[in-house]
Amino acid sequence: MISHATWRKMWMTALGWAASLVVAFPVFWMVLTSFKTETEAISRVPHLLFAPTLGNYRAIGAQARYLRFAWNSVVVAMGSTLLALLFAVPSAYSMAFHPTRRTRGTLLWMLSTKMMPPVGALVPVYLIFRDTGLLDTRTGLVVVDALANLPIVVWMLYTFFKDVPREVLEAGRMDGASALREIVDLLMPLSLPGIASTSLLAVILAWNEAFWSLTLTAAKAAPLTAFIASFSSPEGLFYAKLSAASTMAIAPILILGWASQKQLVRGLTFGAVK
Amino acid sequence: MSTTQTSAGRRSRASGLPGAGNAGFYANLPSIGVLLLWSVVPLGMTLWFCFRRYNLMAPERNGFDGLGNFRYLLSDPGLGMAVWNTVLLLGAVLVITVGLGTLLAVLFDQEFFGRGLARVLLLAPFFVMPTVSALLWKDMMLQPDNGVLAFLWRSFGFRPVDWFGRLPLLSIIVIVSWQWLPFAVLTLLTAVQSLDAERIEAARMDGAGPIALFRYILWPHLGRAVSATVMIETIFLLGVFAEIYVTTAGGPGFASTNLSFLIYRYVLMEYDIGGAAVASLLAIFLANLLALFLMRSFARNLDT
Amino acid sequence: MSGVAAKKPGVRRSKATRLRWLSFGSGRFAWVLSVALAVPICSAQETLTIATVNNGDMIIMRRLSRQFERQHPEIHLEWVVLEENILREKTTTDAAAHGGQYDIVTIGPLEAPIWGHRGWLLPLDERLSPNYDLGDLLKPIRDGASDNGRLYALPFYAESSLTYYRKDLFARAGLTMPAQPSYDDIARFARVLNDPARDQYGVCLRGKPGWGENVALITTMANTFGARWFDESWRPQFDSPEWRNALRFYVDLLQRYGPPGSSSDGFNESLTLFENGRCAMWIDATVAAGALFDRAQSKVADTVGFASAPIAVTPHGAQWLWFWALAVPSSSKHATAAIEFIEWATSKEYIRMVAEQNGWAAAPPGTRRWTYEQPGYLAAAPFAELTYRSIMAADPVHPTEKPVPYTGVQLVVTPSFPTIGNQVGQLFAAALVGDLSVDEALRRAQQATERVERRMGTGR
Repeated sequence: MISHATWRKMWMTALGWAASLVVAFPVFWMVLTSFKTETEAISRVPHLLFAPTLGNYRAIGAQARYLRFAWNSVVVAMGSTLLALLFAVPSAYSMAFHPTRRTRGTLLWMLSTKMMPPVGALVPVYLIFRDTGLLDTRTGLVVVDALANLPIVVWMLYTFFKDVPREVLEAGRMDGASALREIVDLLMPLSLPGIASTSLLAVILAWNEAFWSLTLTAAKAAPLTAFIASFSSPEGLFYAKLSAASTMAIAPILILGWASQKQLVRGLTFGAVK
Repeated sequence: MSTTQTSAGRRSRASGLPGAGNAGFYANLPSIGVLLLWSVVPLGMTLWFCFRRYNLMAPERNGFDGLGNFRYLLSDPGLGMAVWNTVLLLGAVLVITVGLGTLLAVLFDQEFFGRGLARVLLLAPFFVMPTVSALLWKDMMLQPDNGVLAFLWRSFGFRPVDWFGRLPLLSIIVIVSWQWLPFAVLTLLTAVQSLDAERIEAARMDGAGPIALFRYILWPHLGRAVSATVMIETIFLLGVFAEIYVTTAGGPGFASTNLSFLIYRYVLMEYDIGGAAVASLLAIFLANLLALFLMRSFARNLDT
Repeated sequence: MSGVAAKKPGVRRSKATRLRWLSFGSGRFAWVLSVALAVPICSAQETLTIATVNNGDMIIMRRLSRQFERQHPEIHLEWVVLEENILREKTTTDAAAHGGQYDIVTIGPLEAPIWGHRGWLLPLDERLSPNYDLGDLLKPIRDGASDNGRLYALPFYAESSLTYYRKDLFARAGLTMPAQPSYDDIARFARVLNDPARDQYGVCLRGKPGWGENVALITTMANTFGARWFDESWRPQFDSPEWRNALRFYVDLLQRYGPPGSSSDGFNESLTLFENGRCAMWIDATVAAGALFDRAQSKVADTVGFASAPIAVTPHGAQWLWFWALAVPSSSKHATAAIEFIEWATSKEYIRMVAEQNGWAAAPPGTRRWTYEQPGYLAAAPFAELTYRSIMAADPVHPTEKPVPYTGVQLVVTPSFPTIGNQVGQLFAAALVGDLSVDEALRRAQQATERVERRMGTGR
């Protein structure tokens, strides 16, 4: 006799897995396609059983220097996140613990700068980059990505910092700690999980950022988004090779994301869980 | 978050930390400074370009143009459609992701076999770059001859749908919703998990059915997480263009052009910087209008 | 200067310094700057940055360029390989804003004359070495890469359009494809061969909106139906009966006998359909032949036949003319080395090298008479002769039956053409899916073109 609870659990298992598989299917299909030949990839009756080939990966390896693109992506994603944190931590500290009447307005204004369509700023930014020699440099991309993510990073940190018991900082204040000491010695250790998840989201956003990284780089600073663009839509069949290139491009971030899923969950809720 | 905690927080926040001095306040200035530069300099240049004839491909005609750019944009036959599509795309994706996201969040709150792995799979779309997911959907999923959906349709004896030809905006909505669903699920899931089980049990004892539970317990509890999801998604959804560019190029006609893609077209397909500047101005105006509206509803949740 | 200089030492940074560099997020500016100042920049090696399209011929060029680097140890090549549209955005922005990021750019028949006219490209005539065989380049291609008699780009490969068809289906239905079909023939064959119940469609054509996609094909149809984009005084001609005939024919043909989803089909999508055996006929670029005859990827390799692109009222402009060419932006600081490279990549010796390494079928087509005199090429590429004739028949200087003020066959060489072409292409796509009637689409195309002309002017 199967109990009501077991029945329920089995139902939930079926439903949950069905939903996951449907949502993940296109990604699964892409990874599968990356092991097919180009002809199999365009078959009308989808091939589920086929002789897997590494040919696409080999072709890509011969054609593009993956590691160089990947390294640029790593540097830009990490660099822009660190730079954004450097500005955002004091900022969020200030708003969380020294609020004024304008704090909410400031916070909302910061977010609203994200609402300007980036392509509208392309020509001004391009001209500025040209004149400062920042075109096709990782420095330039780090700066742009940091600025683009700054509002979100500030906002997330702000909500995390507000979870920190004020009494702890107040105690530090009594002992005569400076604002800097307060942040470094008291606030940051206490909100480390929040900072970690904020960083993770910033890294993901910078990793996937395709507009600035495609328009502001050429040969030297091009990250994985450009690597992908070199395999998409050539004359002729390309779906299997593009799938392989995409798999290579998302693999690092996918692994990072999955490995730190718990942090990400917490980060994305803006401290909704208490 | 108990009531006492909140009121205590309010009290001390109103006065700031005792003896805070100015350092705490000034710590905010670097961010404000760089963001001002980042938004004001391009905005200033955009304003300047608004009144200039400025096309990269026809430099000899560049110069002061009065309201020419405004007239040109207003005479664009796709403009009205673009504004409408922007709102439609935003609204539809928000409804789909938050709606499905809530259902999935409740589902993934239940205990079941292999939940951890299933949840990980659910995350996957968030990590795929927009251009890749667009190509993936266009050429492998929705393609009416060799796409996976076409195969399914045929297997059940239906005629495959010409997605991008007949239902262009819907196709874009499907792709974008797929990309943002994991984000919504994640945000809402943790909120659901933080719901007090005893409260639900108590309500159930009082005879509340599932709909009443959802309406009076779950939904109010999710308010903050929903606002956060809506805010963040809005910021990114207003800027959607890669998915459109790769799949329909805004067509057929203007059926899938949104404001962001319209600006993209002006800048990078027509090299018309003056026209794009006016369109950007319009986009900023609309975004702020939306922001005002959204932030008003969000701001209520900001302090709790 | 600082940015360019600062990058150089970065390339050779050791692993240890990289880690150090990572751990100091914001200290990097100062750090990089100090290295830049400390290390004198000695450029014994000249670096050329090459922007090119990710098509197969260019991938081969990149691989073979190691030979060039071996011959020229003082030159180092950096490659930026991207899909066509993104590449065009980047190179155009760079050329117009004088970004100076590239020493060599890959451009087509629209950019070469306009950019040359604007002074964004180096004129090549006097700069080429005396050994370079300029006279051997096919005339229509050379004309297309020139402005006012001055050459601005060296053609790398070129293409025209053909009618591809399935010999097996034709034989079964008792039909014969003439060497020079007419569009009426195409419609007649398509009606017989269209069999949607068996997932077989009469004809596949480009329907994806864009000046390089559906507009290219429809313009060749319009040309041969006797239409033109503009009259001698640059008045758009979409209100002419010739345009109406051409567009109505296109829409009818594809709506009745085309595959589902035509409005999303560009070159690649159509190629996929044809290789999968879905189309009885397909009118598209000559470069498709290489893929269609390749047994490794094409299911129809043994049954594909080809004929000239169809004509209707006049042979003028019935087949298109496209090329990819290499040019040197005037902002390049390494012009001499850059010209040396583009000469190498467009020379007979290069074509011969491709043939030796990858077989004659892989040789870049359509640029030199010499290629079509090589018995090896003619034997390996059954479509070679017809390709050659199609290219030679295309005349970018006099593309249409009636006189026009512009050059270009399936495109109008004027700066406003991408703008006009994309908008008109969208209207044609809307007519194809039935959102607009043919007359309404043409009426709006006329309005859209006039609107853009008022803004951007006419001519170069």
